[in-house]
Amino acid sequence: MGNTSSMLTQYDIEEVQEHCNNTFSQQEIVSLYQRFCQLDRNGCGFISADEFMSVPEFAVNPLSQRLLRMLDGLNFKEFVAFLSAFSSRASLQQKVEFIFKVYDSDGNGKVTFNEMLDILRDLTGQFISEQQREEVLTQVLEEAGYAKDSLLVQADFMKILGNSSLKMEVEVPVD
Amino acid sequence: MSKLNTSSSEFDLDRPNIEDYLPSGSIQEPCGKLRLRDLLDISPTLTEAAGAIIDDSFTRCFKSNPPEPWNWNVYLFPLWCLGVVVRYGFLFPLRVLVLTLGWIVFLSCYFPVHTLLKGNEKLRKKLERGLVELICSFFVASWTGVIKYHGPRPSMRPKQVFVANHTSMIDFIVLEQMTAFAVIMQKHPGWVGLLQSTILDSLGCIWFNRSESKDREIVARKLREHVEGADNNPLLIFPEGTCVNNHYTVMFKKGAFELGCTVCPIAIKYNKIFVDAFWNSRKQSFTTHLLQLMTSWAVVCDVWYLEPQNLKPGETPIEFAERVRDIISVRAGLRKVPWDGYLKYSRPSPKHRERKQQSFAETVLLRLEEK
Repeated sequence: MGNTSSMLTQYDIEEVQEHCNNTFSQQEIVSLYQRFCQLDRNGCGFISADEFMSVPEFAVNPLSQRLLRMLDGLNFKEFVAFLSAFSSRASLQQKVEFIFKVYDSDGNGKVTFNEMLDILRDLTGQFISEQQREEVLTQVLEEAGYAKDSLLVQADFMKILGNSSLKMEVEVPVD
Repeated sequence: MSKLNTSSSEFDLDRPNIEDYLPSGSIQEPCGKLRLRDLLDISPTLTEAAGAIIDDSFTRCFKSNPPEPWNWNVYLFPLWCLGVVVRYGFLFPLRVLVLTLGWIVFLSCYFPVHTLLKGNEKLRKKLERGLVELICSFFVASWTGVIKYHGPRPSMRPKQVFVANHTSMIDFIVLEQMTAFAVIMQKHPGWVGLLQSTILDSLGCIWFNRSESKDREIVARKLREHVEGADNNPLLIFPEGTCVNNHYTVMFKKGAFELGCTVCPIAIKYNKIFVDAFWNSRKQSFTTHLLQLMTSWAVVCDVWYLEPQNLKPGETPIEFAERVRDIISVRAGLRKVPWDGYLKYSRPSPKHRERKQQSFAETVLLRLEEK
């Protein structure tokens, strides 16, 4: 898959499909490739932070910086794997796993109180004081049966979030 | 590419709420006591981000859609080859000839008129107007322009301003052919800039520089002065501020709508049957764009001069701009998007993100109160 050509071969598509565990159809992968090439304006094989931020709808999202860290330097195959959690074919577990990865910024498989606080800060900005944020988080954690210093693993996330009302789906437009 | 700056707050004072247009159906109004699940569940925000990565309405405005290839057949392909030969070998040299002839006629008439008739302003202006209309007709002929004008021709009256949707700089030529407008344009480098500072200046055109924020007040003043004068050429403004691909319209800048005069909308729609007239300034220079037009069969477009509009009582300039944008979009069959065209060059203001954060924060605090 050269970064200069805008043509995907059948082999490339199948390779990408395998890498994302068949969460996208072949047509969707072709659409995603067109989108990837459209965003990667200087054609260097990955989309830079600047190129992502040139999409205004993405730039106004409170979690954009977090996601940029995860999206940094991804080639097309990894880009599709990243988006696979948003496919309608992705399992609930894959979606919860993705959310967990967003929280777990140091990638050690455990989410700390501070990591949860970081995300809450991104989502609420200056509209809640830091102290109030800590209080709210401590309170809901305790009500759910977790101490303030507990480390949450993926299984905990699955228990908390893993019911069928979790909606995280984006449709890939196919011509 | 130069670093993007956050757009100045001037750009979104009293802008309509973008959230009204954006798909946010994923964020339902939650109720009941606040639980851990509600704080940890970031899926709506993530879904919005992923949606923006996969497809967004802003990038769609500037996408040049390549035409469907039709020459994929054993008898169509030779036909197409023949077409290429005719276009490049016969039409193009002929057009270059016509254009050169036009320039010779124009320049040989313009300079004498410009210098010799310095005393007689009225006559000089009249002749210059006629000459500019002439050279624009030559330009249009050089792409075999098939342009249909609908509606009453613009008249020269004070206190009126013309606004049109923008697809390429040829919009200006297409309109100028019929009426010698004074236009407000971005100052360009190269031969276009040269034309701007010599010939177009005499029409009363106004130049601005996108990257200079102080420029705005000076330009606003010049606009006001121009519309007051009865003798000045009618003023043409492209309120989108940038070229859009003729399938969408981006938000109109309110500058044209707060001059206290009548606004006459003009809708332009290009027919892509032979060539796509969208000038994707990120992908090609204006010269390349013109060459592309000159080597295609024809440029087909419709121009509608629509009913003049005035500011309604109790209407803000922004609402006025949106109303006129609506009129133009409906007439030309374009879809409206809520983005500022200048986001091509700068980033959205943090205000939008803050609004999202505020709404979430308020929900959290509200539910905290509930027992």
